[in-house]
Amino acid sequence: MVVGMTLETFLQQLINGLSIGSLYALIAIGYTMVYGILRLINFAHGDIFMMAAYFTYFGIAVFFLPWYVTFFITIVLTILLGVGIERFAYRPLRDAPKTSLLISAIGVSFLLENLATYLFSGKPQAFPNFPLMTNPINFGSLTVQPVSILIPIVTFFIMIGLLFLINHTKVGMAMRAVSVDYDTAKLMGIKINGVISSTFAIGSGLAAVGAILWCMKYPSVLPLMGVVIGLKCFIAAVIGGIGNVKGAVLGGLILGFSEVLMVAFFPALTGYRDAVAFIILIIILLFLPNGLLGKKQVEKV
Amino acid sequence: MENIQHRFGAYIKIHWKTIVFLGVVLITIGLLDQFVDSYIRRLLNLCAIYTIISLGMNLVNGFTGQFSLGQAGFMAVGAYTVAIFTVPIEARATIFYLAPMTPLLANIQLPFIVALLLGGLVSAGFAFLIGGPCLRLRGDYLAIATLGFSEIIRIVFTNTQTITNGALGIKSIPTITSLWWTYGIAIIIIVLMILLINSSYGRAFKSIREDEIAAEAMGVGLFKTKMTSFMIGAFFTGIGGGLFAALLGTVDPKQFYFTLTYNFLLIIVLGGLGSISGTVIASFVVTLGQEWLRFLDEPMAFGLDLPIFRPGLRMVVFSALLMVVVLFYRKGLMGTNELTWDFIGKKIKVIKSKFNRKKSASQGGDNK
Repeated sequence: MVVGMTLETFLQQLINGLSIGSLYALIAIGYTMVYGILRLINFAHGDIFMMAAYFTYFGIAVFFLPWYVTFFITIVLTILLGVGIERFAYRPLRDAPKTSLLISAIGVSFLLENLATYLFSGKPQAFPNFPLMTNPINFGSLTVQPVSILIPIVTFFIMIGLLFLINHTKVGMAMRAVSVDYDTAKLMGIKINGVISSTFAIGSGLAAVGAILWCMKYPSVLPLMGVVIGLKCFIAAVIGGIGNVKGAVLGGLILGFSEVLMVAFFPALTGYRDAVAFIILIIILLFLPNGLLGKKQVEKV
Repeated sequence: MENIQHRFGAYIKIHWKTIVFLGVVLITIGLLDQFVDSYIRRLLNLCAIYTIISLGMNLVNGFTGQFSLGQAGFMAVGAYTVAIFTVPIEARATIFYLAPMTPLLANIQLPFIVALLLGGLVSAGFAFLIGGPCLRLRGDYLAIATLGFSEIIRIVFTNTQTITNGALGIKSIPTITSLWWTYGIAIIIIVLMILLINSSYGRAFKSIREDEIAAEAMGVGLFKTKMTSFMIGAFFTGIGGGLFAALLGTVDPKQFYFTLTYNFLLIIVLGGLGSISGTVIASFVVTLGQEWLRFLDEPMAFGLDLPIFRPGLRMVVFSALLMVVVLFYRKGLMGTNELTWDFIGKKIKVIKSKFNRKKSASQGGDNK
């Protein structure tokens, strides 16, 4: 136990956990939506996030574009990347065995990592500071970076928007239909490819937003940054119940809080920070295999 | 007695080609061991080790249809076990100079072969622990859990200073100097794999790959069978990792980054998921190919300063190869076939008949 942890530091850690948890949530939504529809762990999602971080880095630090132009270009390029990956690496394998699809996803992830290492070099690049976002401000005795407050707010509004999209629009209804029963949805005249493409577009767009916010909070980009973040966010999606958007957000927050609080309470275990997610995964799989908000899945013959 | 003799004679009669082939392989290894330099020897050793590890992976991913990505982690366990138990006791004080080795292990030194087997067993033990929660559920969680395991084991080995010497790694492990160790063990494991795949266990593995529900209905215990396959696969990988440590003479956590697993994935996909001979061939192709393509990483590859040749290009080529194989040649080199004498005979016949048809067609054309 840490001696002398004050209420302020505890609150500060909570805000920290909230902001990193929200970032996890943004990326986890991409995993959960793709899994819900294709039953595929999109291994490339973490690397799509990494590419988005590089797009932002290039826009701001190399081409000196204004931030709003950069953010717009980043989101557009990332969406194109995500949809393109689906089109060229996953769609040809629609009728192939599941294993081939999974290997293809790993192949894309491996290719993106190596391409990034090759094109942008393996060295971490420093991301420029956003004084407006990173200069700490004081709330009484609390000092907080504005970006740490911005992240949960952005995540909250995105989740509201996404839930509206899924529950109250035609595309959303089609998505739900495909995720319940792929073949029947096809027979009902739903354009499966369009639905899947829009799912990848939404997931990649959120990964881009996540990457932009991530770079403001942790100003460094490197080719392998997406791997561990990607794994953790998939685990966040499993914790919440895979296929469920609210679950992904909940899982992301739980993961963020557990990590931050473990490091705060047991500083000796700081080296094991990245292991927390996997320990939670094992516990969840043992006791709640469908996640916190997931429905029980029955496999049909 | 006569019966045994008779059976022995029949065995020779059926398998004489294989026996001759094995003899040729052994003589080749013996000759190579005498005449090649240390660079080629190291490369050939690496081929054999990659064969062992890829076979372990193919058993789980190819034959049983469970998707495991923990190869780097299981390798690390085997490698560290060999490292910890075979480093000479006198050398330990200088290796563990930051923090001395824990007294529980500091005075234990085992013969290489015992440490190697122990490494395989410890690896299988870890497989048991991970398999428990994952193999009962949908298969794809195993991929994440095993990938996570190989990351965690790296983190653990980096942090346990008194056992693994942390990030510094363990140096001066007694090295193996002949090809006999690696190739001997590789041949034993290939034979074990063939026996296993053709046994009732092997048929149970394949039935799970084809259809879990049907397999269960036929009385195959899903969890137990998957666990058996997963643990045997981890055992082979641990052995491979142990040989890897003894080949390099040094281990540190950075060697076992999870991207190493993708190497083996490429091997088994290229060779064919569910083919022993395909895995062996692909291990050699990929290992030698990666060495041969090193020029891609060098800026002055063709005597010109071409900007496209710089570090990283080689791995881009290899990951692109993995994508091409998955998308266009999903069956790999061998599919689920084996390179048996019958298979070769059939292929030769097909080629011959094609050749003859062409010949007769062209002759027919000439006559008119």
